[in-house]
Amino acid sequence: MSSRFRPAVRALLGLVAAAALVGACDRELRDFGSSAPEAGPTIQTTSLTPGPGGQVPPDPRGEIYEKSAAHVSEGGRLFRWYNCNGCHSNGGGGMGPALIDDEWRYGSSIEQIYGTIAEGRPNGMPSFRGKATDEQIWELAAYVRSLGGFTPQASSSRNDEIRSTPPRNQVTPPKPSAEGGASVQGTAP
Amino acid sequence: MRRPASAAAALLLCGCTGVQTPLDPAGEQAASIHTIWTLMLWVCGFFYVLVIAGLVWAIWRNRRVAGGAPQASTHDPGMERGLAIWSAMIFVGLTVLATWSFFVDRSLASTHEQNALHLRVTGYQWWWKVEYQEGPHPWWFETANEIHLPVGKTARIELESGDVIHSFWVPNLSGKMDLIPGRHNVLDVTPTRVGVYRGQCAEFCGFQHAHMALTVIVEPQARFDAWRLHQLQPASTPATPDAQFGQQVFQSRACGMCHTIAGTDAGGRMAPNLTHIASRPTIAAGTMPMSKGALAGWISDPQGIKPGSKMPDVPLTTTESSAVVAYLSSLQ
Amino acid sequence: MTRPPRKPRKPVASGAISDRVLEPAAEAELELTWKDPPGFWGWLVTTDHKRIARRYLVTAFLFFGLAGLGAVAMRLQLSKPENTLLSAARYNEIFTMHGTTMMFLFAVPIMEAVAVFLVPLMIGARALAFPRLNAFSYFVYLAGALTLWIGFILNIGPDVGWFAYTPLSGPEYSPGHRSDIWAQMITFTEIAALAVAVNLTTTIFKMRSPGMTLSRVPLFVWAMLITSIMTILALPAVMLASSLLMSDRLLATQFYNPAEGGDHILYQHLFWFFGHPEVYIIFLPGLAFVSSITATFSRRPVMGHIPMVLSQIAIGFLAFGLWVHHMFATGLPHLGDSFYTAASMAIALPSGVQIFCWIATLWAGKPVWKTPLLWVVGFIVTFVIGGLTGVMVASVPLDLQLHDTYFVVAHFHYVLIGGAVFPLFGAFQYWFPKFTGRLLSETAGKWQFWLFFIGFQLTFFPMHILGLLGMPRRVYTYPSGLGWEPYNQIATLGGVMLFTSVLIFVINVLVSLRRGALAGDNPWDGPTLEWATTSPPPPYNFMLTPVVDSREPLWEHREELPVMEGLSTAKREVLTSSPSEAEPISRQASPEPSIWPFLSAIATTIVLLGTIFSEWALVWGALPLGVVLTGWFWPKRPRAGGEAQ
Repeated sequence: MSSRFRPAVRALLGLVAAAALVGACDRELRDFGSSAPEAGPTIQTTSLTPGPGGQVPPDPRGEIYEKSAAHVSEGGRLFRWYNCNGCHSNGGGGMGPALIDDEWRYGSSIEQIYGTIAEGRPNGMPSFRGKATDEQIWELAAYVRSLGGFTPQASSSRNDEIRSTPPRNQVTPPKPSAEGGASVQGTAP
Repeated sequence: MRRPASAAAALLLCGCTGVQTPLDPAGEQAASIHTIWTLMLWVCGFFYVLVIAGLVWAIWRNRRVAGGAPQASTHDPGMERGLAIWSAMIFVGLTVLATWSFFVDRSLASTHEQNALHLRVTGYQWWWKVEYQEGPHPWWFETANEIHLPVGKTARIELESGDVIHSFWVPNLSGKMDLIPGRHNVLDVTPTRVGVYRGQCAEFCGFQHAHMALTVIVEPQARFDAWRLHQLQPASTPATPDAQFGQQVFQSRACGMCHTIAGTDAGGRMAPNLTHIASRPTIAAGTMPMSKGALAGWISDPQGIKPGSKMPDVPLTTTESSAVVAYLSSLQ
Repeated sequence: MTRPPRKPRKPVASGAISDRVLEPAAEAELELTWKDPPGFWGWLVTTDHKRIARRYLVTAFLFFGLAGLGAVAMRLQLSKPENTLLSAARYNEIFTMHGTTMMFLFAVPIMEAVAVFLVPLMIGARALAFPRLNAFSYFVYLAGALTLWIGFILNIGPDVGWFAYTPLSGPEYSPGHRSDIWAQMITFTEIAALAVAVNLTTTIFKMRSPGMTLSRVPLFVWAMLITSIMTILALPAVMLASSLLMSDRLLATQFYNPAEGGDHILYQHLFWFFGHPEVYIIFLPGLAFVSSITATFSRRPVMGHIPMVLSQIAIGFLAFGLWVHHMFATGLPHLGDSFYTAASMAIALPSGVQIFCWIATLWAGKPVWKTPLLWVVGFIVTFVIGGLTGVMVASVPLDLQLHDTYFVVAHFHYVLIGGAVFPLFGAFQYWFPKFTGRLLSETAGKWQFWLFFIGFQLTFFPMHILGLLGMPRRVYTYPSGLGWEPYNQIATLGGVMLFTSVLIFVINVLVSLRRGALAGDNPWDGPTLEWATTSPPPPYNFMLTPVVDSREPLWEHREELPVMEGLSTAKREVLTSSPSEAEPISRQASPEPSIWPFLSAIATTIVLLGTIFSEWALVWGALPLGVVLTGWFWPKRPRAGGEAQ
C-alpha cells in the first residue's frame, strides 16, 4: 500500500496493539529477542565448595522468563537440543542429578540455576556460557524451574514424546527455599 | 559452482514466474495432474456457461413482464424433462471427471522402477533437512533446503516431521504431501525438464510458515553425480586468515552447538547442515539469496529477519562476525 | 424499537388474517399473557423467540464486521511483498480470528437466528418448543464469543488457524492457554448451536399448524429442519475433537501423541467429520432464503417442489460422507481417497438440480426485480463458480496441487459468501420489514448489492490465479518475483469495496429503522404464513391459529385465511400436532419469562472457563450448575381451579 498511508495505519494498529498489551497476560508473552545481545548477570564464580557460592541478587529477567509459557517451552526444546537429557534424562537424573526432586545443591532460584548452566559445576556439569546465548540460558533455567515444579502456571502438561514426567502443570510448587544461602532444600533450615 | 548458484538465486528470487506453479509441469506427476486441470477447466467451464445462459435467458424472456398476481404451481412436463436431462448431464460429466481423476491417481500411486533415487526430507520449524542415504554409509550426506535431482529418474522422497505438520510441495514437479509427526509418507517425483524450481511448505506450521521454501535443482545425470560427489566431501579448509579465524569462532562459540560442518568440530544436529552452504542459492529456507551481505545480516539479526525462528541472536563482535561470514562463504 | 401502531385487521396486500378476530377483552388478555416484563429485566428473562433472534442477528452481524476488519488488515498486509504492516505473530492471530469468528460466531449463528425468528411464524406456531433453552443458547453463545474476542484483544488469543491442527495446537507447540481459549469457545458455541438445533427440530416436527402436512411444509422450513438434524449429528464431533485437545493440553492425556499411541490424524478426522457438514449447515439455510425469495418475487412457487426437497435431504446425507477430502494430502490410502472424490463430486448433483429449479422458476414466473431477487441472481452466478471449483478440488490428484493454496481460499469464499452471505443479504432485505415493520431503502440496497458483487469478484477471483501460480495459504508475506503482486493488489482493492458495501448496508439499516417506509403485514405479497401477521409480529405471533390446506397459504386464500381458535388467552399455550399429518394433538403450556436460562448460562460459563485452567472446575462448577438447573426445572405448582402443569 502507499507509503503515505502507512504511518496512519501503523499508528492506528499501534494504538490497538498498545491497548492490547496493557492487559496482556505474562504467561502468553512471546518476544523474539532484541537485536542487541544482553549482558549476562554477574555471577560469582564458585569457590570449590558445594553450594551456591554466596548471595545471588535477584534478576528481574528471571521472573519474565519463568512466567512466560513460550520461554519455558523454548527452554524445553533447548533441553533436548543441547542434550541435557544425556545426563539429566527428562529431569529424572542419571549421571547428573535429578531436576524433578527437591534437592538443589546449588540453589533453586532461577538466578542460581542460570549460574549453574552458565558457569558449570564440579563433577561434570559443563559450562554453557558462550555456547548457548544468554537468552537461551535463561530459557533453559526457566524450563529447569518448571521441571522442579516451581512454575506450574507457565508449564505445558507434556511434550509430544514418550511420557517421562508427571504433568508439569499439575505439580504443587515446593515451598520457596531461603534463596542465596540454603545449600540443600528439603532439610529444615 | 558459484555462478550457477547466483543465477539460480536470481531466477528464484527476482526472476520470472513459472518456478513455483502447477501450470508449468516439469515432472511426470505434475504433467498428469495438469491433464486433469485442463479437463476440469473445459467441463466445468461448459457447465457454467450453460447455467449462465439459462439464467440470462430466464431473465431476458421475462424482461417485459413484471409481477402481478401470483400463479399457482403447475405440473410442467417440459420442466421435468429438462430437469431429467440436466441431471443426466451432470451425472455424466461428474462420472467422466471422477473416472479420469481415478486413473491419474492410480498412475501416481503405482510404484516406479526399483532403482529410484532415495531421499529423506524431514520438516522442521522452519527449514527442510534433506538426506541422501543410498548404499553403504560412506555415501550418505545431508544438506538443507535444497534438493538436486537427476532429470528423467524417479526420486522416492520419504517425508517425516521433526515437530509439527508441514507439507512438501514443489508444484512444477508434483502434488504435495504432508509431513506428519509419527507418520511416514512417501512421494514419488520424476522430473522431466532441467531447471531450478521453488517449493514451499504448504501446511501452516507456526510463525514463519511463510518463510519455509526450498529449491529443487533438476540437472543432467552427470552434473548430479558431480554434485553428489562434492557433497560427500567434508568442508573445504579455510584458506585466508580471516576465514580461519571464522572457523575458530564457529567451532568455539554457539554455532557448533546446533550446526554441523563436516570435517570440523562443529557437530550440532539441530539446525541446517552448513558443510556446503555457499553452494546453495538461498539461506534461511529461501528467505534470502546466498551472499556475504545476506549471511552477515542473518547472523547479526536473525530475529529481525525471520522473527520466531529458532536461530538465536548470537553475540559476536564485528570482527568475529565478518570472519564467520568469510568462512561460511568459502564453504562451497 | 417500537412497533408501528396496530392497524385494524383489513387486508393490506393479501393474505391477512381472518376477519374472525378475538374480542377486544380476549385480545387484551392475550397481549398481557405474552408480554415480557419491561426494561433490562425483561431483556434478561424473555423467552420470546423473536427478541432472542434479533439479539442473535445483531451480535452475529457485529462479529461479521469484526472478522471483516481482520480480513481488511490481512489484505493490506498482503498487498505488497515482504510487507511489514503486521508481524508474523499478529497476522497469524488475525487470520485465526477471521476464520474462527466467521465460521463459529457468524455463519452458523446468523442462519440459526433467521430460523429462530421465522420458523415458528412460518408454521403458524406461537413459540418455539423450548423457549427457555433458546434464551440460554444465546447467552452461552455470547459468552463464548466474548471469551474468544477478549482473549484476542488482550493478546492472549489463539494463533493456530481456525481448525487448529495438532501438534501445532498441542501442549508442546502452543504453550500457554491461547489454544485453550479457542477450544473452549468451540464448546460454548456448539452448546448454543445444539440447543437451537434441538429446538428447531422439535418445533418443526411437533408444532406445525393444523393441516400443514409434510408435503405442505415450505422449502424454508425443510431446509432448516435438515440443517438442524445435521447440526445435531455433526457438532458433537468437533466438541469431542476440541475437548480431547484440551484434555491433552491440560491433563497430559495422549490422544494426539503418536509417541504414546495417539495420532494427529485422529484430530483431523474428528474435526473434519464436523467441518464438512458444518459448511453445509451454513449453506442449506442460504438455499432456504433463495427458495423463499425466488418464489415471492417470481410470483409463483418454486418449480419442482419434490426434487427440491429431495435434493436438500440428499445434500444433508451426502455431506457426512465427504470429510476426508480435507485430508487428501495426509498420505491416507489412495483407494479410500477415491471414494471421497466420488462422494464429493456427487454432491454437485443435488446442488445442480436446485439451481435448475430456481432458474426454471424465474423463467416460468414474472420476476419483480427488487433487491432480494438481485441477491438471488448474484448467488447463482457466484455460488456455481464455487461449486465447480469444488468439483475440481474434489479430485485427489488435482487437490494435491491445489490444497492449502489460495485456490482453495477462493473456492470456499465463493461457496460460503456466494452460497450463504449473498442469500443472507437478500434475506435481510426481504425480511427486514417483518422483523422491524419498516422497509429498507431499495436504492441503498441496490448500491450495496452491486458494490458487494463487484467487490467480491475482484477480491476472490484473482485468488484462483494466485493458487495456480503457487501461493500457499496462511502466509503473512511472500517474496517478490513470483508474479503474485498484481493479483494480491486487486484482491486488496476488492476487499475495500466489500467493506464499503457492508458499511452502506449498516447505514441503510440504521436509517431505515427510524425513517424507513412502514411495511404493513405483507409488503412483498409473499405466500407463507409469516406474512399473515403484523410487522413486526406481536409476542404471541398469531391471534388465532392458522389452518393450512396448501403450500402457499396466503396465495391460496388471498382474502381470508382459515383459522382455528381454542388456545387459551389466560395462560401461555401452544398447539402441538402430529409430525407427519399435523393433526392437532394437545395444548401445551409454554414457559413464562424466566431468569434461569441466564443464570444457567452464567454457571455454564464458570464451568467452561474454569476448565481452561483446571479440571476441578468440572467438579466444583457442577454445584452452581446443579443449583440453577434445579431452579430452571422446578415444577410449577398447579393453579387453583386450573390444570396441573
